[in-house]
Amino acid sequence: MTDAPLPADQPFRVSMLVYDRRYRSMTFQVIVFILVMAVAWWLVNNTIQNLAAQGKDFNFGFLFQRAGYDIPQTSIPYNSDDWHLRATIVGLLNTIIVSVLGCVAATILGVSIGVARLSKNWLFARLMTIYVETFRNIPLLLWILIIYALFTEIMPPPNAYRGEDPAWSKILFDQVALTNRYTAIPALGMTNDPGTLDLGARITVNWAVIAFLVAIIGGWFIRGAILDRAQAIQDRTGIRPTTWWINLAVMTVPSLLLIWYFGLHLLAPELKGFNFAGGINLGNAFVVLWLALTLYTGAFIAEIVRAGILSVSHGQSEAAFALGLRPNRTMNLVILPQALRVIIPPLISQYLNLMKNSSLAIAVGYMDLRGTLGGTTLNQTGRELESIVLMMLIYLILSLMISGGMNVFNSRVKLKER
Amino acid sequence: MSKTSTRDAAFFRETMLPPEPPPIREAGAVKWLRENLFSGPVNTLLTVLGLAIIWFLVSHFWDWFAHSVWNADSLAQCREIIAATWGEGARGACFAVIRERWHQYMFGFYPPSLYWRPLLAFGLLMVALAPILFSETQQIRRIVLVATTVATLLFMQVLGVPTAAFLLSAIVMIGATILAERHAGWLLIFSALYPLIGVFLLWGGTLWAPLMVLAGIGLGWLGWRLVGIVSPMLAVVAGILVTLIWWIGFTGEAAGDLQNLLPLGITSVQSEKFGGFLLAITIGVAGIALSLPIGIILALARRSDMFLVTSLAVIFIEFIRGVPLISLLFVASLLLNYFLPPGTDFDIILRVIIMVTVFAAAYMAEVIRGGLAALPKGQYEAADSLGLDYWKAQRLIILPQALKISIPGIVSTFIGMFKDTTLVTFVGLFDPLKGISDFVRANFAWKGIYWEPFIFTGAIFFIICFSMSRYSMYLERRLQRDNR
Repeated sequence: MTDAPLPADQPFRVSMLVYDRRYRSMTFQVIVFILVMAVAWWLVNNTIQNLAAQGKDFNFGFLFQRAGYDIPQTSIPYNSDDWHLRATIVGLLNTIIVSVLGCVAATILGVSIGVARLSKNWLFARLMTIYVETFRNIPLLLWILIIYALFTEIMPPPNAYRGEDPAWSKILFDQVALTNRYTAIPALGMTNDPGTLDLGARITVNWAVIAFLVAIIGGWFIRGAILDRAQAIQDRTGIRPTTWWINLAVMTVPSLLLIWYFGLHLLAPELKGFNFAGGINLGNAFVVLWLALTLYTGAFIAEIVRAGILSVSHGQSEAAFALGLRPNRTMNLVILPQALRVIIPPLISQYLNLMKNSSLAIAVGYMDLRGTLGGTTLNQTGRELESIVLMMLIYLILSLMISGGMNVFNSRVKLKER
Repeated sequence: MSKTSTRDAAFFRETMLPPEPPPIREAGAVKWLRENLFSGPVNTLLTVLGLAIIWFLVSHFWDWFAHSVWNADSLAQCREIIAATWGEGARGACFAVIRERWHQYMFGFYPPSLYWRPLLAFGLLMVALAPILFSETQQIRRIVLVATTVATLLFMQVLGVPTAAFLLSAIVMIGATILAERHAGWLLIFSALYPLIGVFLLWGGTLWAPLMVLAGIGLGWLGWRLVGIVSPMLAVVAGILVTLIWWIGFTGEAAGDLQNLLPLGITSVQSEKFGGFLLAITIGVAGIALSLPIGIILALARRSDMFLVTSLAVIFIEFIRGVPLISLLFVASLLLNYFLPPGTDFDIILRVIIMVTVFAAAYMAEVIRGGLAALPKGQYEAADSLGLDYWKAQRLIILPQALKISIPGIVSTFIGMFKDTTLVTFVGLFDPLKGISDFVRANFAWKGIYWEPFIFTGAIFFIICFSMSRYSMYLERRLQRDNR
């Protein structure tokens, strides 16, 4: 909007602050600024008065006091003599673990269901529709409670697996045992353990993990280089060299060699005394939360995927076929790139939702960030203000990191217009 | 080439043959089955898989459902009845708990003699929504209103409310239906007044309180007219200021004084008595009604060209969207007392409603911003070229189209918010899923009952949320103005 310039000789009057477009927005912003500052001052002032009245202050020193409580499932060493700060970090890591695993599983589930809903099979497509509608229209809390009740009420105690002819038997090739307190899954064992790298603060990383990471990331980069070279040859000669088996080898052989070198094998959980040992006993709180988040978010992702695929017009695949592209290349080169543009932005917000919904861990007692910092620490120290503010800040930073990272990805796949 | 004509041929057909029926595998159910279920190996495999899933579900749950017991006093008695009827070891559902406690799932601990008030409030809610949601044709509105009236009165009859209350409700509901028939426009006035009526019916207390709130609006109007003589722009500010000052400073005292002078009111019900779906719907409806206007304002603020306004809106929206609702509810229950002047202590439901509204409004703002961004730039330029000022352009041209585009998003935000009302259980309120169920299980008679309450509450949530999403599809079709 451009305004006609006023005659230069018109002197400034106070009423122009309101009636002149050039000044009005400035006036308005100043008023808004003053109002916001007044409200902020009012809130801060109230808080200071209230804190003073209760004899409290605002400081985060409590983070460096002894926590004095245990956390059932930790990814870094932790005991009750550690600081509240370490308990907070343990909780944060638990939040991250369940969120990442949930995102991965929900994506796999959601993509499969979304594609299955488009299947020509009438029965299967209807079943998937029922799944999606049921999970989307019922609160997540109910799903968490239902799955929790399934695990605590239906699953047997560990000793049901005892004896010659046990009432229950392990599933998935005799590797996983479901009980009413935990799910026993196999652990990874090594015959040739390379030892661990000490990162300080009692955090250690096994060299084998580092070796695998290097092998996989290195393989990924080499694959990229091979594809670039194939593209260059294709551009020059018009013939694309066969690369798939080289790529496959680059991606898998180093890892297979490492598995052979370290002697990696599964250690199946065995019943010893009253409990399973030898494997990893995942607390049911974690398994339930992960399952519920996966099933719930999976339904939403299925809808997103379906809408994304439907958004690519039929003419696109017909055009690709007319060009003589084979079906799988049509999918990879024509359909998916266009569908992804539609899918990625809502998918990001589903990941964010999943991360935030993981705070429903409160319903099953999984010790995530809300359970440690916003739960036991808050109750023990009585520092509501500091705990909740810190907790919200951490969640906020996590959210901004996820959306920031995914936005970068999104900007790479989005349509490049003029 | 020889000349051949029909005359030379030995035989030719003079009449059309009747069409043969298609081969059996290309017609009817067989064709449908072949095309939809067994068109190829993969498809056949999927069909088998689907049948296996159905078989698994039916074989696990059918006898449990078929053996359900509706008449019993406790879970133990249920089990006895099941064992006696279907033999030892038979499994069965004990829906008797729903039969005995359903009113708690619906109303929480609301006094049973006053059940007619939430029922009437809910019926009137439908009346208030009628001119907004069901304005397509007179007929749809008529169906909705008659159905609501019948359902409300039927529920009252089932619950056995006092005769006087029943008659009053009947008169009000039937009156509203007739009003909608005769003067549909007047219903909008009723819709505007509904928030006061609903709050009064639910919480009760003195009638002077809603009247004094109304008086605030009247005083604001007066201020607007008086200052309007001097300056129309200041008049709006003056009107709002007068109303706010009256509401914050004087409403409570005036209502109290008038109540002392002339007691007028109905039994007041404390917020702790609220629970079950009454609580969920109260929070949900209030949150929906409040979050839409706030969301619109936030979306406009975020797209404004004033730097300060934009950045404030961005900070607010991103902050609220970045934290889980549970943490906001904890703010409501633990921290709000720190932020308000010492000694203030207001209702926990109100605090929760504020937080849920703030949460939903941030999401709503993003949905509406999407709609505003999707609107072709030509619409904005057309509004400018007509010489409309900012608010007129928004009201007459931009928002009607932008809101229409964002209907699916708005409704799914509503659905999400309604589902999220269950989280209030973690700040000590009695939501239907966990709060009331835990309370029911705390009784020895119903200790250990899990699945039946889950199914009951889940089914109600499903019905409400599913019909909301279907309604949004209907709305989308109804508002489709372009020809496709």
